[in-house]
Amino acid sequence: MPITEDKVLDARGLLCPMPVVKAGKEIATLEPGQVLKILATDRGSVADVPAWAEDTGNELLEWHEEDGVFVYYVRRGEEE
Amino acid sequence: MSETGTIETVGLTEEAVRRIVREELERAQTRDPATRKATIIASKGTLDFAYPPLILATTAAATGMETHVFFTFYGLNIVHRDFESKLKVSPVGNPAMPTPVPMPNLVTVIPGMGPLATVMMKSKFDRKHVATIAELLATARELGVRLVACQMTMEVFGYEPDDLIEGVELGGAAAFLSEARRAHLTLFI
Repeated sequence: MPITEDKVLDARGLLCPMPVVKAGKEIATLEPGQVLKILATDRGSVADVPAWAEDTGNELLEWHEEDGVFVYYVRRGEEE
Repeated sequence: MSETGTIETVGLTEEAVRRIVREELERAQTRDPATRKATIIASKGTLDFAYPPLILATTAAATGMETHVFFTFYGLNIVHRDFESKLKVSPVGNPAMPTPVPMPNLVTVIPGMGPLATVMMKSKFDRKHVATIAELLATARELGVRLVACQMTMEVFGYEPDDLIEGVELGGAAAFLSEARRAHLTLFI
């Protein structure tokens, strides 16, 4: 079953650290359990987005590459 | 050790004890506030060295860390009102810097080469959509990064608080260390 997102962050064209910085801002606007879809072209995001998700208690549900664009689905974790 | 306290008598296997210890350590790690704090010293005042402290500080703040950056010596350039003109790169004595055509390092001292190198680096960063120093500073302040200028170096350089961008605090070595000792992550750049 495909994942449905609650919000999309278009970080295409941005380089480190902006995809993660913007993802941090966007996910803060969601409720726990809601899903943020992130689009990025920065190759470093393949390492950065999973690390950021883990460190912030959010869950990377799935990611894949689609025509040179990295697509991530991150579910907001519970408040600590 | 008392006879009733051994792991055999309470029915725990060594494996179970190891698992409990591991879980407790992990729990302690997540509770440790020092894992959520970053302190960075920015000591250099060139354009290339302005990036690492700001990139790491904004990223640390974006991952929920309480982040402090202490600007000292030439690092003060980064938070000076005139940071746009103060932050430069120089090809002199920097054989790592790429040049459009191969040239001996001696040539790099010709007047105009420094400004040229700075313009080239800025335009290259711009073409690649790297955030500007102004954007990173704005992001840092927005994310609540504490920007602290070294009072001693301010005196030496003759800077007044008004010479710095808004939102910069003043502090010294003791203030920095007081934060750094509570942070697992401390960097000198």
